[in-house]
Amino acid sequence: MDFRALVIIMMSAVLVNNYVLRQFLGVCPFLGVSKDLKSSVGMGLAVMFVMLMAASVTWPIQVFLLDANGLDFMQTVVFILVIASMVQLVEVVLKRFLPALFASLGVYLPLMTTNCAVLAVTISNINNGYTYIEALVSALGAGLGFFIAMVIFTGVRSQVAAADPPEAFKGIPITLISAAILSLAFFGFDGVIENLFR
Amino acid sequence: MKTDKKSILTRGIIKENPVLVLVLGLCPALAVSTQAENAIGMGLATTFVLLGSNVVISLLRNIIPGRTRIPCYIVLIASFTVLAKMAIEAYAYPLYQALGIFLPLIAVNCIIFARAEMFANRNNVLDSVLDALGSGAGFTLALLAIASIREIFGSGTWFGLELPWLADNNIMIFSLAPGGFIVFACLLAIVNKISKDRKVRTEHDCTSCPAAVACGKRNER
Repeated sequence: MDFRALVIIMMSAVLVNNYVLRQFLGVCPFLGVSKDLKSSVGMGLAVMFVMLMAASVTWPIQVFLLDANGLDFMQTVVFILVIASMVQLVEVVLKRFLPALFASLGVYLPLMTTNCAVLAVTISNINNGYTYIEALVSALGAGLGFFIAMVIFTGVRSQVAAADPPEAFKGIPITLISAAILSLAFFGFDGVIENLFR
Repeated sequence: MKTDKKSILTRGIIKENPVLVLVLGLCPALAVSTQAENAIGMGLATTFVLLGSNVVISLLRNIIPGRTRIPCYIVLIASFTVLAKMAIEAYAYPLYQALGIFLPLIAVNCIIFARAEMFANRNNVLDSVLDALGSGAGFTLALLAIASIREIFGSGTWFGLELPWLADNNIMIFSLAPGGFIVFACLLAIVNKISKDRKVRTEHDCTSCPAAVACGKRNER
């Protein structure tokens, strides 16, 4: 197992190719649920959890079921259905065995079905030809990147709330402008990967 | 529903533009809008899926049981997405490569869910076709607007055509991720300014999102 490759995949998913700020994946929850720290932490953890679960389930399905039978054109349909039913299953299991965790993540779990970031991470794992371990690491990294972006953005928004923008910019536009500035900040991580193991 | 045919068609383009007024489908709108050509391709692909899903859901609206409608929508929309993806891969390979992962992600585009849930499952086929064409055109035009601004200033071209002076003085940030956010924010601000008296969503929030039903937020258990 090449440990370096894993670290590179992780760093790339968290910082350099951050899902929200660099690739525009999962923008809706990013803008919608980032008003207070509690809900953004809940949403971030839920995304991380579901991404990891989804990647761990979809990779074997793709390799052993779809590829083995020449059905890879069914990828999109199968992955969405698997993610949707898995989310339901996770909800039931959490409710039954871990009520404390369910209380904090429960509200956000149903939103995962149509969260494009979750579907994207499973598809890009396959497109990049990752091994199982690499797929898990990349899903964890993507989730962690989403979580970090969410938490930072909540802090930014609490400052923006006190500002007084022009009338037309109030609401979503000013939120998007702050997202742009945060995204600009993440460009500072360019070149981290190339220089990681020099 | 009292609205006449023409208003069903034009509503999606201006008054209820899915991107610029309802603020839905942000991920594809921001991600593929670096080139005007890709924006048109994405817009047409989404319109095709929207049309297909609206027609089928409207035809089956009395057959699909209310409690299981969301999974049914998911399967139908995903199937049309696969069709669109395969067609683009076969006939427009450069576009297929440019759209990349956002092509399969049409399947989770909340605009399509919103139209299915809010319109197609309670209206006849003809109205659903008009609704799909209107919303699809609105989505395509909004994408084209964002993409034109970003391509002209970001790379100094429009539909791949080099523009004098701008091509030598391009502003890189417009083609990068922050540029997408900024251009979109400014367009929304312009829409806000123009339509002051109309009802425009001022807060991006899951509870006010018309697609929240599709997300399962208000799904019956």
